[in-house]
Amino acid sequence: MNQSSGQGRTQGRLALRNVTLGIGGRPLIAPLDLEVTGGEIVTLMGPSGSGKSSILAFVCGTLDPIFDTAGKIFINEQDMTNLPPERRRAGILFQDDLLFPHLSVGENLAFGLPQRITCRQERQERIGQALIEADLEGFERRDPATLSGGQRARVALMRTLLSEPRALLLDEPFSKLDVHLRERVRRFVFDHARSEGLPTLLVTHDPEDAAAAGEKVLEVKPAMVDNFAAPITPQKNHEMSTNDRAEVGIIKKSITVTR
Amino acid sequence: MSKFQRIEVLRFAPIFTMVLFLAPVCAGLIGTWLPAVGIFPALGGEEFSLAGWHELFAYPGLGSALRLTLTCGLLSTVLSLVLVIGFVASCNERKSFRALRRFITPLLAVPHVAIAIGLAFLIAPSGWFVRLFSPWATGWTTPPDIASVQDPYGFALTAGLVVKELPFLFLMTLAAVHQTHADRRLAIARSLGYGPVTAWIKTVLPAIYPQIRLPVYAVLAFSLSVVDMAMILAPTTPPPLAVLVLRWFNDPDLSMRFVAAACASLQFGIVAAAIGGWRLLEILVARLARPWLIDGRRGGGGDTLASIFGFTATMVCGLGALSILGMALWSFTRRWRYPDVLPSAISLDSWMRQGGSILQAGLNTLSIGLASAAIATILVVACLENERRQSVQTTTRGLWLLYAPLLVPQIGFLFGTQVLAVQLNIDGTWWALVWTHLLFVLPYVFLSLSDSYRNLDERYVRSALCLGASPNRTFWRVKVPMLLRPILYAMAIGFAVSVAQYLPTLFAGGGRYVTLTTEAVSLAAGANRRVVGVFALLQATLPMIAFGLAIGIPALLYRHRRGLRGIA
Repeated sequence: MNQSSGQGRTQGRLALRNVTLGIGGRPLIAPLDLEVTGGEIVTLMGPSGSGKSSILAFVCGTLDPIFDTAGKIFINEQDMTNLPPERRRAGILFQDDLLFPHLSVGENLAFGLPQRITCRQERQERIGQALIEADLEGFERRDPATLSGGQRARVALMRTLLSEPRALLLDEPFSKLDVHLRERVRRFVFDHARSEGLPTLLVTHDPEDAAAAGEKVLEVKPAMVDNFAAPITPQKNHEMSTNDRAEVGIIKKSITVTR
Repeated sequence: MSKFQRIEVLRFAPIFTMVLFLAPVCAGLIGTWLPAVGIFPALGGEEFSLAGWHELFAYPGLGSALRLTLTCGLLSTVLSLVLVIGFVASCNERKSFRALRRFITPLLAVPHVAIAIGLAFLIAPSGWFVRLFSPWATGWTTPPDIASVQDPYGFALTAGLVVKELPFLFLMTLAAVHQTHADRRLAIARSLGYGPVTAWIKTVLPAIYPQIRLPVYAVLAFSLSVVDMAMILAPTTPPPLAVLVLRWFNDPDLSMRFVAAACASLQFGIVAAAIGGWRLLEILVARLARPWLIDGRRGGGGDTLASIFGFTATMVCGLGALSILGMALWSFTRRWRYPDVLPSAISLDSWMRQGGSILQAGLNTLSIGLASAAIATILVVACLENERRQSVQTTTRGLWLLYAPLLVPQIGFLFGTQVLAVQLNIDGTWWALVWTHLLFVLPYVFLSLSDSYRNLDERYVRSALCLGASPNRTFWRVKVPMLLRPILYAMAIGFAVSVAQYLPTLFAGGGRYVTLTTEAVSLAAGANRRVVGVFALLQATLPMIAFGLAIGIPALLYRHRRGLRGIA
């Protein structure tokens, strides 16, 4: 995508400083410091309920207010912590593509395009270009519900990229895709993230995702079993109680994998 | 800028709604109770006195009125509930279930007055049922002299109430079944060897009853205090208590207002006691049924029960459909002599001749219905959106407040509300009417919309926000379009509720506003079935059109959007 900075690409930087999350007075994520530079993909790994998705929600500003939070979020050295989500420009992709079902494919992409581009022709061109990039040329008027899973995932990424994000957040975006699709969509997303120079934070429980990202991997361990999400089985309870309180939270285990 | 303003305004939505909505009920109750104890300065009642009560208890027909009220109210509630539970429990896996389900929803939209009028024609001595069998089977060449409508035991009223309440309870039960994932419980119980009916009663009913409790109480309160249906189907000497209250409120002798207020307070007490008693009964049944729940008895295939309940439920709904059909026929009738089964001459005369009053009443009905439905929808959406943004949950207590206007008998507080309206100097105005209708429209709109609204995947909103759309833009461009169908559907329900209101129109309109419903009720006392047919049919048609539009508009707009079909 041609962005204001042109070919050089914005060498963005996403930084989390001393971020802690808790719920009802109990810690969920211990202080976390993290820096992601432009074009870098950092992976947060952990089982469900460990609070890793909440970190992403905190970064993009959509975290449920019932969480207790501390720490700061910076994008390109600008403090985002108190900005509303729509002004942070942190693009996010979820497990589901979440294309708006009432809009066509083209309209979904147009929803992502910034309002400042007012020229109708330019908007059309940008959308057309994005579809070509996603190998979906001429799909403007299609109903998103008629696309395949892989096609929808690509449209979702394009919609996010068209909104000119300064960071990219990936919330297990490949986990619902078929195995053979997963690999291709993953490469598509990663390639775009890198060529756009976007600092990218990936959350996943799939080691393959982490291996494919091939950079820094952080492991998130459950501080507390999320008893809002699922009933706690006695066995789980037991495991939890044997856990050392000091160890719970996030454990930084930087693994550097060669690209 | 507007965004922050908006959030501020939204914060006040629940409080504003509650005040707008509960103040008239509270003021209405007080404004009814004070005259009951002699305090009503406008009529010279300055000090405490129980004269109204003395006069009420001296009324010779009070005993029979009470008996009538209690038997019709309790019997119809029990019958409706047993029928619904029996039908859902025994037939939920059968084909007939889906068919009847599709048929019941439109029946819910038919105002109860239209049902009452139609039913009166079906079962009258000169009605359709007698005509079908006369004179060849019965030998009746003239209508028999039996009181089948307005019978002294109130059977006609009970039947009318069941026809009207069955669809409501049925749909509330279905919603509860859906919410509690009843199919999983049922599957487990069935796999443990339980018969279908036993499995349902033992595993699903205990889970869903708490969810249909408030609707059941609303049905109980309505049946015990219904006025409009009772004026058509119940005996007149004496009528049920609620009709008596209305009669006394309208008495030219103004001092009767004190008696009316006392009787309205008694009515309130009866409903409160009935709900309290019902609650005790629930506890008792739950306790007594416990050993049975775990005694391991698996029950049979339930085929007999399925036939019985399937048949009865179909009959009840058929009665509703025939009622409307009969009135439709009458409205186009020129000549329909006894004992002909069908009219011998058809014409549009009745419609033409009523043109002027149809237009007047129709326009009033439309404008009040649309306004109250629209205002209710806006308020409900604002409250739900606020709930979402503040991430607060509506508590059970909040739900009780919402149900308040449905649990308090209308006749028990509308007089007081009118007094309030007089003091605010809006008595008899269009706005007073809309406001009063709102009290009854709002709860239904809320009940209809809240689930779909809350179930919308919040991540759509987050996606939109992260794409840089403001909360405002997200609301209008993502939420409203995605929820268009449930929003319009809730509006249609609100409209149908408004169209059906009789007492609120009578009290708040100060007699100055005629709607299709008030016109139908006052005409029903007369003998001209053709004219009554016109108004009853129109009254039933308007809500149907509203539902048609609510389903049709989104279907048309989103005909190329397959992904939206699953929502709502």
